[in-house]
Amino acid sequence: MGEALHEIAAAGTAGESAGRPRGLLAYAPGLTVAVFLVPIAAGLLGTLFPAFGYLPALGGRTLGWAPWQALFAHPGFPSALRLTLTTGLGTTAAALALATGFCALVYGSTGFRRAEALLAPILASPHSAIAIGLAFLVAPSGWLARLVSPWLTGWTSPPDFLSVGDPWGLALALGLLVKEVPYLLLMTLAALNQVPARAQLDIARALGYGRGVAWIKIVLPQVYPQIRLPVYAVLAFSLSVVDVSLILGPGNPPPLAVLAMRWFSDPDVGQYFPAAAAASLLLALVAASIMLWRLAELGVAAIGRAWIARGGRGLSAEPGLRLAALAVGLLMALSTLSMLSMALWSLASTWRFPAMLPSAWTLANWRHALERIWWPASTTLFVGLAATAASLLLALACLENEARSGAHPGSRALWLLYTPLLVPQIAFLFGAQVLLLRLGLDGTFLAVVWSHVLFVLPYVFLSLADPWRALDPRYARTAACLGASPARILLRVKLPMLLRPLLIAAAVGFAVSVGQYLPTLFAGAGRLSTLTTVAVTLAAGADRRVIGVYVFLQSLLPLVLYGLALLLPAAIYANRRGLARSG
Amino acid sequence: MKRPVRLALSLLLGLVASAARAAPAESWDDILAKARGETVYWNAWAGDEKTNAFIAWVGQEVHKRFALTLRHVPLSDTAEAVTRVVAEKAAGRDAGGSVDLIWINGPNFLAMKQQHLLYGPFTQLLPNIRLVDTAHKPSTVVDFTVPTGGMESPWRMAQIVFVYDSRHLAEVPRSIPAFLPWARRHPGRFAHASVRNFLGATFLKQALYELTPDPSLLQQPASDANFEAVTAPLWAWYDELRPLLWREGKAFPESGPATRQLLDDGEIDMMMSFNPAEAAVAINAGLLPETVRTFVLARGTIGNTSFVAIPYNSPHKEGAMVVANFLLEPLTQAHAEDIRQMGNFTVLELAKLAPEERKLFADLPASPALPTTEALGTMLLELHPSWMTRIVAEWEKRYTR
Amino acid sequence: MSGLLRLASVEIALAGRLLVPTLDLAVEGGEVVTIMGPSGVGKSTLLAFIGGTVDPVFSARGRVYVGETEVTRLPPERRRLGILFQDDLLFPHLSVGGNLAFGLPPAIRGKRQRARRIETALAGAGLAGFAPRDPATLSGGQRARIALLRTLLAEPQALLLDEPFGKLDTALREEFRRFVFGLIAARRLPALLVTHDGADAEAAGGRILRLDG
Repeated sequence: MGEALHEIAAAGTAGESAGRPRGLLAYAPGLTVAVFLVPIAAGLLGTLFPAFGYLPALGGRTLGWAPWQALFAHPGFPSALRLTLTTGLGTTAAALALATGFCALVYGSTGFRRAEALLAPILASPHSAIAIGLAFLVAPSGWLARLVSPWLTGWTSPPDFLSVGDPWGLALALGLLVKEVPYLLLMTLAALNQVPARAQLDIARALGYGRGVAWIKIVLPQVYPQIRLPVYAVLAFSLSVVDVSLILGPGNPPPLAVLAMRWFSDPDVGQYFPAAAAASLLLALVAASIMLWRLAELGVAAIGRAWIARGGRGLSAEPGLRLAALAVGLLMALSTLSMLSMALWSLASTWRFPAMLPSAWTLANWRHALERIWWPASTTLFVGLAATAASLLLALACLENEARSGAHPGSRALWLLYTPLLVPQIAFLFGAQVLLLRLGLDGTFLAVVWSHVLFVLPYVFLSLADPWRALDPRYARTAACLGASPARILLRVKLPMLLRPLLIAAAVGFAVSVGQYLPTLFAGAGRLSTLTTVAVTLAAGADRRVIGVYVFLQSLLPLVLYGLALLLPAAIYANRRGLARSG
Repeated sequence: MKRPVRLALSLLLGLVASAARAAPAESWDDILAKARGETVYWNAWAGDEKTNAFIAWVGQEVHKRFALTLRHVPLSDTAEAVTRVVAEKAAGRDAGGSVDLIWINGPNFLAMKQQHLLYGPFTQLLPNIRLVDTAHKPSTVVDFTVPTGGMESPWRMAQIVFVYDSRHLAEVPRSIPAFLPWARRHPGRFAHASVRNFLGATFLKQALYELTPDPSLLQQPASDANFEAVTAPLWAWYDELRPLLWREGKAFPESGPATRQLLDDGEIDMMMSFNPAEAAVAINAGLLPETVRTFVLARGTIGNTSFVAIPYNSPHKEGAMVVANFLLEPLTQAHAEDIRQMGNFTVLELAKLAPEERKLFADLPASPALPTTEALGTMLLELHPSWMTRIVAEWEKRYTR
Repeated sequence: MSGLLRLASVEIALAGRLLVPTLDLAVEGGEVVTIMGPSGVGKSTLLAFIGGTVDPVFSARGRVYVGETEVTRLPPERRRLGILFQDDLLFPHLSVGGNLAFGLPPAIRGKRQRARRIETALAGAGLAGFAPRDPATLSGGQRARIALLRTLLAEPQALLLDEPFGKLDTALREEFRRFVFGLIAARRLPALLVTHDGADAEAAGGRILRLDG
């Protein structure tokens, strides 16, 4: 009898439906890996082989170093390389420092809660939308200059200094920081949920440590392992981003990723090979940078431990932290102003330097644009919804499978999930395009949705995983005891209870899809244009009033979904207070 | 019927059908009939809203008149479409390509022609082709010194002009050498587009025309032997000019519209454009202040024609040809020349038109910023494409940091 | 090391409702004053006010003195008040020695000096040689003792104890109580104890303050 009890107990703890046949759901993780990694690997190979000269379709039949020689011989190569590395590494370090400094100083205070609320709209706007607004903001003839001219500066003509497109990539770094800092802040906040930071800080302060230093010595070391992968993702992004570099970066020479794009699009097919070499080099750079960062982590950890052991109360670190908090506040202000400026342009009829506001207003821009904006806007919407739905299904399947089989995902699974975010887009998208061509799938809706799922799925999964796993398992067990099958439990218990996290994950995924540039370009073969691809094409000099309309819509669509995610649960569960509020 | 017989018959029919499609239909009515219901993907540069609006208008008209759906595939560079067709050929897709019509000229045309990526010759099938002014506008049959051979159909004229803001500038340079003293008096107030853009490269070509001792050499292909000697005066002049450009020549606007934005923002006072009506159109659209005016250089400026071509693997060749022919209709050309639309000068010979068609052009609105055909002066022919590739490469070598 | 912890006219209210009525209290060195009352009545809030970490939603008035200094306007890190919670809250990323070194003032320089101090403290608590251990591998009782050591190494001038015995089982509870009160008496620190367990108050042996809300 003892053994029988033991067996029942063991079965009960090994997942909700241990002992049942595995069923379709068991294939979910495998399917996800197939959707993900196989095409990425194929794409990487498709770019790596031409990098060494092998692409029979274009006449390259022998492996060799010729493309690399062409790459290194290009006049702008050393500068492009230097620029890529400095903006990539520098921006990531700055983003981490700013996010950390901000949290250290402001965590728990009312200012922090207000800043948290501002994070959602900033993160919802696509990167390119903010970059376009920023380009207008900081140009010598831009809004910031207009706000102070001529009464403060005496300028009646814009001054001749280089801000947008400056050779050190400062404008580019700014454009990257405005989204990366809020992103890292968000990740830090999520990580903080698992650390009793409040109580630990109180203790540290009672021991005589200043607020900021206590945060850095006590909370940060516990939080960093959780945000390590997001930091690597930021690093990979900063090194290989194309759309923001096109808008804010220098052109002569541009960062390596833009150089590779230019050569890929060159009518001289001979340029394909150095382009593939550049993309492969970018892949190597990202891998090397991540390893370098890892080593730096170890170094910093060692130094940090010695620093902590010395016991210095460090009250003098406050000014540095105040500066960081101020910088973050400035970044958020710049983001908001960027989006506001584009909204103003969409309603402007005439707005010339040095007028502070448009001198004439009109709704004509919207009227004219609405005729032609229908196609890219609806494409954006449908691709976004399809990609989000597919990602949600896959994520749910994997999470549910995990719950039922009692398996616990290791950190390896997390790395797997992050792979599309760690590999430079340009390094595998081009190879992927050739693959799609051969399968006859390029330019189809399906191909574009798939290319978006690659990047939407990680975010959706990460957003959904914690709330899903945190759901009290006793609800499911109770339902099972009441006779419900696993499918019924999922549909009638889990999903309704987790509606809010589900909708927020959907909103996050949708926002990611709206902001995609390269995937739409490559997989869509130009047949499908989204608001983002059109906006980036128009960004260089087309009518700002038209750009304003596109950028406004680009930011509006994800925000609408966020709003729905927040309001729908309250509406659906109006009679159920337990679920209407944040769950 | 027995299965093998059915199979053989369907194969045979399939072969016959595809053979029929391979040979271009002879009569225009046949082409019109085949084109009905087709969807034509026109890959065209989308960096200018006015042009985009015009293409949208064309789409509406061909839908009304020929039951044809036209989709504008926006490009930031014509080369993107060329790459796409190249990639399709590389993948073995010889039928059912994704590009039906490309707005093209110059080096892109040469590249496609040389790699056998174009369908044609087809212009001889277009009824409106006889209206084109090949006599006075030789660039409609010779594209950057390369004979079109009927592989591309013209649709708009372009000529280099300079646009300046008369509020801030009282004097403008009337020749290339005069740029230097002018720039010394107005440092940082002129910008040319990035040399990778056709407009920026054309600025250098224009300068080369006036500075090189023997311009006739420019109609021949460039060679390693003569390139240095021919271009030496250009680099000498440019080395002096560059520090006097906008941002001291360290950064360049990426395209024509980007340069126009600089002029509108007041960051520069003078720019170059390929469209003689650009100033007038921009004023009309509120994109430039009303004080801008247009001028050309005394010894003439480079001009060229924009064409449309059909890739060899397009599945909608008939529809593409119908669109190409529609672009040559007098009504369409007049609509294009209207400064309230694109303001592009026509490729047609007005003398060949009927009186009511000529009236369409006479009735077009005027503007103080719009030059007359006489004021445009001499149109210089484009250089051989090899010069442009070499000049761009040399510029990158010299001036990329 | 005798000292004084004094509260003058301390009043704490939440949304108009008075939680702690005007309180005047002076705690001598070595004395443990117990504050008792039902849950939610404001005992922990009072401690938070004294420690300087009270949530701004509460409106709090009054003055706090530690020794001769008025600390009401000072930030928490300058008040020289030690605090002990129900959870030991040993920092998981530092070893036992690391946690204790964190509490040790920086004025004690040199790795060897500091290590010696730490080892002495551990030996005094019956935990000799525990310095390199990972806190997660220790028992609840051991962790509680190390938490107290950490607080005391920082040389506070008064102690605030927020239900520190709550998580321990009965046997451990008694032992730990003796350990804590013994150290408090030895160092003559004024201490405030918050609890709802009568046995704790008895063992503290000092005055008992009741907050009834």
